Amino acid sequence: MLIYAVCGAGIGTSVLLKSNAERALSMLGIEAEVRAVSIEEARGADKMAQVVLATPEILDQLAGIPAEVIAINNIFDLGELGEKLKATLS
Amino acid sequence: MLSSYFGSGSIVTQDTSPSFAAAVSQSVLLLVESGKAKPSYVDEVLESLKTLGPYFVIAPGLALAHAKPSNSVLAPGMALLRLAEPVISGSANDPVSLIFSMCSPNSSEHMEMLGDFGELMSTDEAMNNLLNASAVSVIKDILFKKAL
Repeated sequence: MLIYAVCGAGIGTSVLLKSNAERALSMLGIEAEVRAVSIEEARGADKMAQVVLATPEILDQLAGIPAEVIAINNIFDLGELGEKLKATLS
Repeated sequence: MLSSYFGSGSIVTQDTSPSFAAAVSQSVLLLVESGKAKPSYVDEVLESLKTLGPYFVIAPGLALAHAKPSNSVLAPGMALLRLAEPVISGSANDPVSLIFSMCSPNSSEHMEMLGDFGELMSTDEAMNNLLNASAVSVIKDILFKKAL
């Protein structure tokens, strides 16, 4: 499974989101590849991810992309990440 | 080692700021003053805030202001402005009292920095201690203790 962690620049928020999503996924025992990408990269991707993680403010920018989009309020909260990923993936 | 990315004088505490944008601007200016970025990087971050909104308010009370890698960035770096009286950004994570800023000249050189930062901030203890820390020396102890 492919998951995108998205932020405006693709270098800050998305990188932190990626590493914590990986931690949450490993706690759940789910295997997935998580990539940190910018909004433009997520929109223009050849291979679309099954799930996209982003902070709530940029959801509008991701409207219409063919993936399940999950808003994460606190990207340091492994509990929030784990619960939302589990709800979407199960 | 997180401490190596914070330039001299790049952690500042003060009582208030007129607005979230002003606080972001001031935090990014700390990157400029500590030699990590050129003044044009401040404009790039403010433009990103204007276009995308406060998406870099990534946890309750905490922002990580940044823009894309560009010629305005000289070295990977971080800075922190801590406000005693938090400001409103328009994010669900308001109010914001910890305004971190970061920069990287490319999409790879800051990976260790963010890895250390993410690991530290994922502990409730570090986050709560930082939100309650008012002295620069205490903030440094929290940020650098585990990353040394």
